[in-house]
Parts: sequence; structure tokens; C-alpha cells
Amino acid sequence: MAYKMLDGNSAAVEAMKLAKVQVISAYPITPQSSISEKLADLVADGTIKAEYIRVESEHSALSVATTACLVGVRAATATASNGLALMHEVVGMTSGNRVPIVMPVVNRGIAAPWTLWCEHGDAMSERDMGWLQFYCQNVQEVLDMTLLAYKICEDYRVQLPSMVCLDGFFLSHSMQKIDVPTQASMDQFIGPYIPKNAFLDTSDPMFICDLTSPDEYTEMRYQQKKAMDNVFEVFEEYAKAYEVITGRKIQIMESYKTEDADTVLVALGSMCGTAKHVVNKMRAEGRKVGVIKIVTFRPFPFEAIREALKPFKVIGVFDRSAGLGGQGGPLWSEITAAMNGLNADIRHFVGGLGGRDVTETTIEKIFNELLDIQSGKSLNHTQWIDTKENAMTLREVTVKC
Amino acid sequence: MQKQQEQQTRNCKKINVYGPCANEFVSSNTGSWRLERPVVNFENCIKCGICESFCPCNVITIHKELKESVEIDYDYCKGCGICVNECPKNCIKLVAEGSVE
Repeated sequence: MAYKMLDGNSAAVEAMKLAKVQVISAYPITPQSSISEKLADLVADGTIKAEYIRVESEHSALSVATTACLVGVRAATATASNGLALMHEVVGMTSGNRVPIVMPVVNRGIAAPWTLWCEHGDAMSERDMGWLQFYCQNVQEVLDMTLLAYKICEDYRVQLPSMVCLDGFFLSHSMQKIDVPTQASMDQFIGPYIPKNAFLDTSDPMFICDLTSPDEYTEMRYQQKKAMDNVFEVFEEYAKAYEVITGRKIQIMESYKTEDADTVLVALGSMCGTAKHVVNKMRAEGRKVGVIKIVTFRPFPFEAIREALKPFKVIGVFDRSAGLGGQGGPLWSEITAAMNGLNADIRHFVGGLGGRDVTETTIEKIFNELLDIQSGKSLNHTQWIDTKENAMTLREVTVKC
Repeated sequence: MQKQQEQQTRNCKKINVYGPCANEFVSSNTGSWRLERPVVNFENCIKCGICESFCPCNVITIHKELKESVEIDYDYCKGCGICVNECPKNCIKLVAEGSVE
């Protein structure tokens, strides 16, 4: 073990280096750019012995990585925001052909309005595409989760790709002190890539991704569903092994100070760190609140969530994506579905869009609203919690009548 | 001539693989699409082989030593009629499927 000062992007690169990826194909996009740049540097100076294939778009980047994996090597790519949106078509190819790529996704809002900054809307758009999705709270988690993801995805019971989601700038560009496992320990933990599903061999040819009739399409989707069902068992198994090596516990979801709490907030990503800080602060003032951090959003740990949220009558869910046109955002919908039949008041909050910081003040405001509802002082909550009052009058132009 | 691969290529132990893939290469009878078939009148045929070289599906074989020198593989001939147009002696005709034996 050695401590290093790394930002989120460097931690993702460090994990790919430790996993000894053999083919890299990444297209730079803010805030992911430093991942593709660092990987290129490491290939150039021989630190990573891999083929770096330069491409003209994210669509090609994931196509190259997916097909490289289909000839039996460990391949890597990474993206963000509109890059992920451009990958969309290939995202389905990767999971449908059961290619276990681990892809860091540096969360950034999707245009329009153009933004460079953090929001989960990009990854949420891909949530039903058959990829696993892990949301990280801090830089250490980016490193740990990426390493663990290789084990989970490449296990014969799973064989699915995963997105390791890290909040743009809040994690990708935030320098933290990171405990990096040794190469030897990771060689033993992850090991060389062994294809366990269909792959191409010129001496034993096979055609992958052929046209599938209605007679078999459902069954192939069902195979993916069964693989998703296996994820939690596989996750627990490797998380234990990883804890033995590194001493760090990686969880599917984490309950923070919820045992005696009056109300809890459920959230994803870097804002969970702020939320934990607010919990500590409010508890010091005698207000009993807690946080539930969800790491694995896909597959969604509905059983564990239901168990963890059972004692609570008032629950807040924070979505860092707008979930336009839905009754609530994606996280709220999942939580509500998981809590079906239980008598809980589940309140939905939207905020932190397009890089707006989810501050202590915002989270405290949420907790106060939840506590007021819980104690019967109030009935309503503010769904768009950090929206400015002048939202509808941002621009004014003169027009001829 | 297109031929169906004779044997399955995998010969070691069998495992289940997931997702869409094919390792048995079965060619379907594309000749069944045909509406009209080329029929050769061997009286005028000079065995030049032009029909063979123009056939886009590579289904014509010339046997110079035989009287009925033009062999057409009707399993794969789609009846495009290119051989009919190219024959310098006009000895190939398209006839509607089902109208001849």
C-alpha cells in the first residue's frame, strides 16, 4: 500500500493501470479529458503495456473497446455527458453481447443548455441499457469501486459491463489522499483477462451480434436479467475479498446514522459526503437525521433498501437529475417502487443540476422540511429545492407586436 | 460456387454462451426467392463461359466436355437475368418459376 495524491480521474486511471488493460480507446471530453490524456501518457512511456487506439468520436471509442474485448483482451474507455449520449447505440451492443467493460463515467449534465458541470442526468439516461451503475462518494471510492467492478463484471455469473460514475469536478478534479493497493495484490485479486463468454478466434470462427428473431430475443434479454439478479451475491463475495486485501469495506448501499433517526435522506454520489457532514452537525444540535447512500444504482438493491427504510415514515430522496415528465426523478421512482405497500411518505427533491453545488444549506433545508413534515408542522416540501425565484424571468428581450 | 459449411466448427467441450452469436453456419436456400429461372438452349451454346464470369452469385459452372455444358445451381440462383443479357448467342431465356419442370 502507498498513499498518493490523486484526483478522481487519476484514481480511475490508476485502477485501469492496476487492472492491466490491454486496449484503450478513449475520446476526450470535459470533465473526463484527463483520463484519456493520462492513459495516453502511460501507454507512451510504457507504464501500461496496451494498444492505444485513437478514434474520432465516443461512438467509435466504445465500438473499439467492445470489439477488442470480443477478441479476448481487457479493454478500457471512459466518457462523460454528451459523449455518453453519443455512445448510446454501442452501450446496448456492449451489454447485449455480454462484454464486461468497466467504464468510468464522469457525470456532467447533458446539453441543452450546454454545461460542463456535474449532474447525474447523463448516466441516468443510460440506466436501462443493461449496464451496472456504481455512484462514488469520494476519490478513494472511485479507485476501489473501479477495481472491484472488474471482478464483478468479469465473473461468469455476471458478464455485464459497468459504469463507475464519478461526479464531474467535485470528484474528477478534486485532489485527495488515496490509499493505492500494490500491483502484486491487484494482480492476484483481478488477474489476467480470461474471456468466459463468446469471443472471436480465427481458428474457431463464430459470428457475434447476429440478427435475432422474436423466437429468441426475449430469452436473450432474460439471460441479461438473470445476470443482473446475480450481481449482489457476486458483489458481496468480492467486496469481502477486497476488504481482506485493502481493509476497506465497499457496500452496495450505506446507512449513515439511521438507527435512531426521525427522518432520512437517500442520495447518490459526492453529495452524500456533504449530507453526512450535515447529519453530524444537526445531530450535535439534537436533531436526529440520517443518510442512506446508494452505491449500486443498477441493479437497484430494492430488497436492501426496503429493509433499511422500513422504520421511517418520512423519507426524502434527492435526485441530481431532472427526471422531466416523470412524477419524480429516477432515484425517487425506484425508491417509491421498492417501498410499495409500506406506509411511508416519500418526498422528492431535485437539485444540484448543471454543476450547482449541493451545499450544507441546501441539505439542511431538506432535512428541516422533512422534520417539519414528520412532526406534523407542515404538509408541503419544496421539490426543486435549490431553484432561484427568478427562474421564469431569466431572459428578457424586446419583440415587435 | 457457394457451399454450405460441412461441419460444425466447435469440437471441444460444449458450454452455454450468452447473447447473440452463431457458431453453426447454415446457409439458407436463397434460390427460393426466385420468380423467374434462366433456362439454356444448348443447340446454340458455344461454351464461351461469359455467363459464368458475369454471374454475380457465382452459381454457374461450365463443363466444356459435355453437350449440356452450363450447370446452374438453382439452390442459390436468384434469377437476376444478367446471364440472359450477357449471352452472346442469346441462348439463355428467363422462364417463370413453375412453368417448366
